Amino acid sequence: MHIVVCIKQVPDSAQIRVHPVTNTIMRQGVPTIINPYDLFSLEQALRLRDRFNGTVTVLTMGPPMAEDSLRKAITFGADRGVLLTDRFFAGSDTLATSFALSQAIVKIGETWGTPSLVFTGKQTIDGDTAQVGPGIARRLGLNQLTYVEAIEAVDPEAGSINVARRAEGGLQQLSTKLPALITMLEGTCEIRRGSLPDALRAARAEITVWNAEAAGIVDLMKCGLRGSPTVVKQVFAPKPREVKAEQVPTGDKSYADLSEVVMERILGLQPTLEADLLRMAAAY
Amino acid sequence: MSDTAKRPPAAGGSRAGMKKELSEHFKAYKHVWVFIEYEHGNIHPVSLELLGEGRKLAAKLGSELVGVLMGSGRQALSEAVTECWEHGADLVYLCDDPVLEHYRNEPYSKALTDIVNTYKPEVLLLGATTLGRDLAGSVATTVLTGLTADCTELAIDGEGSLAATRPTFGGSLLCTIHTLNFRPQMATIRPRVMAMPERIPGRTGRVIEHTLDMREEDVVTKVLRFLPDRESTKSQLAYADVVVAGGIGLRSPENLQLVRNLAEVLGGEWGGSRPLVQKGWMPADRQIGQTGKTIRPKLYIAAGISGAIQHRVGVEGADLIVAINTDPKAPIFDFAHLGIVADALQLLPALTDAFRRRLSVNRLAG
Repeated sequence: MHIVVCIKQVPDSAQIRVHPVTNTIMRQGVPTIINPYDLFSLEQALRLRDRFNGTVTVLTMGPPMAEDSLRKAITFGADRGVLLTDRFFAGSDTLATSFALSQAIVKIGETWGTPSLVFTGKQTIDGDTAQVGPGIARRLGLNQLTYVEAIEAVDPEAGSINVARRAEGGLQQLSTKLPALITMLEGTCEIRRGSLPDALRAARAEITVWNAEAAGIVDLMKCGLRGSPTVVKQVFAPKPREVKAEQVPTGDKSYADLSEVVMERILGLQPTLEADLLRMAAAY
Repeated sequence: MSDTAKRPPAAGGSRAGMKKELSEHFKAYKHVWVFIEYEHGNIHPVSLELLGEGRKLAAKLGSELVGVLMGSGRQALSEAVTECWEHGADLVYLCDDPVLEHYRNEPYSKALTDIVNTYKPEVLLLGATTLGRDLAGSVATTVLTGLTADCTELAIDGEGSLAATRPTFGGSLLCTIHTLNFRPQMATIRPRVMAMPERIPGRTGRVIEHTLDMREEDVVTKVLRFLPDRESTKSQLAYADVVVAGGIGLRSPENLQLVRNLAEVLGGEWGGSRPLVQKGWMPADRQIGQTGKTIRPKLYIAAGISGAIQHRVGVEGADLIVAINTDPKAPIFDFAHLGIVADALQLLPALTDAFRRRLSVNRLAG
């Protein structure tokens, strides 16, 4: 069983800062990580690989430094890493990204065997779109299983898979055929710690680096900025409200006194609230 | 890297996408559509919220507002059509087929793609739910158009294009995205981001039926079972009238109890900012903000929350925002209505006592 896992190297969002004067992102020194949502998909892929004695190929698209994220994935136990990097991919939106990745997955299939499963993260922490997984599924004709909480049964012989998928207001238990594309929900499994042998293997591993041509991508008009129907017109910080918050003077009041003042202001600003609260209290 | 000389120049200055050159066949794309999310006999509230927002966009464009409804069961669906009309739809495309009884990507994508290709919308909005996101990504890829996720604001610019604004860079800035030369212009919007429109009883419109070109035998994915969430485990955060939330200013996970206590006295729900989920202090379904829940309560009390943009966009719909923070420069004071520079750990219990006394006194009096 061959499994492809798509990951993305992202800036650690907890450490992104916006310049207070220029409102631009201060990227310098922000460490990069594997998109945290991807790790749950990687872990599930590794578990299936272990169970069915298969291989896991990790694929990422990004600048040359994204190779680090592939090595990191190999320390978790992935078998090989493929980096898709080319200036023609710069500025890709989700449509152009799913095009490039799906072409690379075809090439991976030709090189190491057609995958029965492709995993992506639920979404990334920098783009937050959740669109690339469905885009790949559609382009490759894979059965699409998003927001998966649990993989309940896999039968590679019969080519079938059953999952529990998070739906609105409940869980949907689905059965479908391989090949399929899965996006795992976060927090659905314990992520393994890499073993020492895997860490050594990762350090020495030869990462496969493909540019557009090597990945078999002919139609460059579908790549990068030119292949992206969406255009970012403006990036800005939101304006503060016209009226700043009314500050409740704290002075040297005790917290008990201060709380009375705050409560009176809340009920003064929202006159119907007290009646609503009493009605709710009466309903208990 | 061989043979690079033969390739076209790198994207940049000569980029076609930056200029508006809408090709002739896209000019036939008219009207504002909302995908109506309909499951288990009910329309998801987000779809009605989007009809309210779509109405405004349609007015700007001088076009009609259209709902696309799919499911199974004549009687229930005709009630749902009426609900769409009464929330502002002029026209509903209806696809009624047993294959569509439960949501599955394949038949829903097929139906929506076919309806889009047949009737050509200018704008197509979907709720950013698990269903809406699963479907939108497939349809946008099939029709090869732009899709902007999790928009917090929609507008029509001077040229008649959809300007979709959403947080970017992990919620630290906002960006406005256009789909200039492709149609439809697609966007998803989270529940509660847009206000619920007033229902106009008796308002009617037209309905056009669409036949699904797919049989059950053609659908590979089967639904084995649906296990509804237990009522008690569902968080009512998005629809609560009163919400109290905490941030890292609470200093330790135990202090979330102070937030819960005040929420309980006020008969409301509790939540927290994103760092609390990342630190494992509380489950993700209690997160308030762009990547968590968007709320529109009558009263929102934020304790020890600094007010990053990704949090701000999730709470701006609240009628009254009360912020408690020790830092007078915290960004939350830029969008709160009432600010108290104080230690939340001290003020929360005092406020809980004050409201408890007030409400019990009034209850006795009443």
